[in-house]
Amino acid sequence: MSRAARGAAFRQAAGFNYDFKPLVSSVNERKRMTKVSSKLLTLVGSVLVSLTLIGSAIAASGYPINKPREVDWSFAGPFGKWDLGQLQRGLKVYTEACSACHSLSILHYRNLTDLGYTEDQIKNYINDLGKEVTDGPNEDGEMFQRPAQLQDRFQGPYANLKEAAAANGGAVPPDMSLLAKARAPERGFPTFIFDIFTMYAENGPDYIYSLLTGYKEPPEDKEILDGLHYNPYFAAGTALAMAQPLYDEQISYDDGSPETLDQYAKDVSAFLMWASEPGLPDRKQRGFIVIVFLAIFAGLLYFTKKKVWAGVPH
Amino acid sequence: MSGHSTYTPKTKFGKFWDDRLPIYRLVHDSFVTFPIPRNLNSFYTFGGILMIMLVSQIITGIVIAMHYVPEASMAFNSVQDMRRDVAYGHTLQTWHAVGASFFFIAVYIHIFRGLYYGSYKAPREILWILGVIIYLLMMATAFMGYVLPWGQMSYWGAQVITSFFSAIPLIGQTLHEYLLGGYAVGNATLNRFFSLHYLLPFMILGIVILHVWTLHVTGQTNPTGVEVKSKQDVVPFTPYATIKDAFAMVVFMIVMCYFVFFLPDYLGHADNYIPADPLKTPAHIVPEWYFLPFYAVLRAVDFNIMIPFTDVVLIDSKLGGVLAMFGAIAILFFVPWLDTSDVRSANYRPLYKIFFWLFVANSVFLGYLGSRPAEGIWIPLTKASTFWYFFHFIVIMPALGWFEKPKPRPASIADSVFGKEDGSAGAAAPSGATAAPETKG
Amino acid sequence: MSDAKEGEGTRRDFLYLATGAAGVVAVGGIAWPLLEQLAPNAREVAAGAPVEVDVSAVEPGMQITVLWRSKPYFVRRLTSEELEAIEGAEQGAFRDYVSAETRLAVPGSEGDDSAEAAPAEWTIVAANCTHLGCVPTKVETGLEGWVCPCHGSIFDAVGRVMKGPAPTNLPLPPYNFASVNRLVIGEEGSRA
Repeated sequence: MSRAARGAAFRQAAGFNYDFKPLVSSVNERKRMTKVSSKLLTLVGSVLVSLTLIGSAIAASGYPINKPREVDWSFAGPFGKWDLGQLQRGLKVYTEACSACHSLSILHYRNLTDLGYTEDQIKNYINDLGKEVTDGPNEDGEMFQRPAQLQDRFQGPYANLKEAAAANGGAVPPDMSLLAKARAPERGFPTFIFDIFTMYAENGPDYIYSLLTGYKEPPEDKEILDGLHYNPYFAAGTALAMAQPLYDEQISYDDGSPETLDQYAKDVSAFLMWASEPGLPDRKQRGFIVIVFLAIFAGLLYFTKKKVWAGVPH
Repeated sequence: MSGHSTYTPKTKFGKFWDDRLPIYRLVHDSFVTFPIPRNLNSFYTFGGILMIMLVSQIITGIVIAMHYVPEASMAFNSVQDMRRDVAYGHTLQTWHAVGASFFFIAVYIHIFRGLYYGSYKAPREILWILGVIIYLLMMATAFMGYVLPWGQMSYWGAQVITSFFSAIPLIGQTLHEYLLGGYAVGNATLNRFFSLHYLLPFMILGIVILHVWTLHVTGQTNPTGVEVKSKQDVVPFTPYATIKDAFAMVVFMIVMCYFVFFLPDYLGHADNYIPADPLKTPAHIVPEWYFLPFYAVLRAVDFNIMIPFTDVVLIDSKLGGVLAMFGAIAILFFVPWLDTSDVRSANYRPLYKIFFWLFVANSVFLGYLGSRPAEGIWIPLTKASTFWYFFHFIVIMPALGWFEKPKPRPASIADSVFGKEDGSAGAAAPSGATAAPETKG
Repeated sequence: MSDAKEGEGTRRDFLYLATGAAGVVAVGGIAWPLLEQLAPNAREVAAGAPVEVDVSAVEPGMQITVLWRSKPYFVRRLTSEELEAIEGAEQGAFRDYVSAETRLAVPGSEGDDSAEAAPAEWTIVAANCTHLGCVPTKVETGLEGWVCPCHGSIFDAVGRVMKGPAPTNLPLPPYNFASVNRLVIGEEGSRA
């Protein structure tokens, strides 16, 4: 089992669903501890336990109705890496299914070299889409359209937010450059404490994946407004303006990956995680080196300190 | 305590400088021969850690300011571009953002250590007050820094916090507009916040120098609370404190690096990855975690305070909340006089020790409450917790001094340390080490 | 001193040395990113992509200035008088002599036969004086082509330094002609 998978399993076991299991174990834990410790601890313990109770009660009442489903991402954990094949498929899903409404305005076309494309391939990609940018002014003082180049930012479907709103009945499709970081439902107490140790930082892609695969017929007792679509994974209510965007066999893959909604959703979520932080694996690699070095340095300092303080009672 | 200088220049060059600008003498006296109590524990390393954090924030801040654009339409993207396109930009920007959180973690440990060991008692009142001023400046700096990325939380945080000032009677509205440089948070606000965010850390640095100066005049406290009495009690700063502080700093850095490199967004808020939108407030707006307890205090006052038996509103709920919040910080200034006990260290104060830990738990709980929506059970809990916060300072602290029966204290640091070495219970009461009546312990 | 004590001393020295060395590494590790972030960032580098200009309107005797990587470049079409003056110039008049042919450009892309007829009458040079970076002013006084307004350096019409404090000729950018009328600056061509 990979580290990420173990992390996910632990989180599952540790009560990711906010239900009863963690409570029981934490109460038992407290019981054992109070035998040996002071009354003060009992007090603190009971505060914590009641906090947990209240916390889960509140969390159950809010949105999203369902907590995001967790995916075993290649980029999770301390040695996380991109799966380039997945990112390329994700780009395809974005281009064919999302880009008609959602911009990706912070990215530059040159960033696609990260996905393993050559500059010529990217130029073809731009040309196939017929993307143009406004440049100028020229010698006559006029602005002009020219084909987009590698150093240009991704050109979105709309000229500005007003146009985007007008074309979508008032609901602006959000820019997707940082979506995987901007959509991260709160994990609640006490899960957010376990998250430190499991290094869980994938709530964004988990959320996007869950939302894309989560469209359902609304339950009988739920009334859904016209033009909205029921989705129990939506973070800000019971239904959202976007209709289900992905279906099985909608997009063709040429690397033999399954052409299913589930696969599309995973691929595009991973792609959006990349879009929100292309340098993620570098960051983790750098961090690993830094922490290993600091650990050695701390060890040396510890022994030096022991030597210096040897024979000095303190 | 500070004693006379023992520095003697060894070289001609050293003597040349010493006669003109005795800077080596200053460093030598302050950080080499300066005597520190031999029994300091690891909680006393946080002063040094804070020094490093301040310097690290200033350096990374100067560097990322080179890539940041303080203009409302470009600020958000400039931060993203820095993270993507500048060499080490992501590391430096995250270091600065996560560093702010760790600065506060360290400062809270430092403050609670001071409260536990009675570090604010005479003759260290000024030392303590300077510390509270530093804490206030840190809060102002952190708040303005959080506005700069110009995300949704930045924008609405600025909106909410600056509105505090509109609660002031008569001049509030004008003051609010002067603060913003407009009728709402906008480009002018962003620009002045950037300017002040750059300025304030250097003011903090100035007060830190005063803080350290007062420390070097009065000397450090220590876990026994007994003042240094003889050379037996102390060891020189270098190498004993230097090596210990260095070790503590590196351990602290390891924890911080774990967050910087593996959980960079853990301490932040997802909504700040959405560009500021003056038309739409996020569903739950919360400040950064280090302000949460004060935010809870602010929200605890949701009622008008009337003149009794009339309909006249004395303090409306808005002003009341703001006063309570600033009061929660301001009360720290009076701690040296609110605590009436002669005994310094909580180790010898059985009741205060319990109330201290209750206060810590209550503060953490207050922080958690600050992160919850203002509805249902949270509202009465917030009020109760806020009440306890003030009750601790205003009633418990003064009262304990009169009622509490302190445990016997060692006569000196050396007694406590060498008693421990002998195997007898040093902290309790080594024979003949009961405190003399006039000894503050 | 006993052997045991000496051994302990060596161990202690080694520990101190190792700790000190780790400290030096730490300082280096902090300094490196602070230094590296000063380098032109990825956006600056990408914005240095080649620029293409239409030179069909440039008659002999005219000059246009093109920006590439935020720096100006002169594109000057020489008159026959200027070409003659350059032809007849003494080698001794130049501080950093190279032959004029190596600095003149011929329009037309590779494999384009019409280009063969086009004469070598284009000067494409960096527009920053090699002394301290000012932009020289165009002059037409026989051999002289540019005079720098800051410190008086004089260049001929192909950018070779003649007088003044400038130590070297105006550098040639990488360029090529995509066609007779389309000049690309920033991209090396086989004919350049």
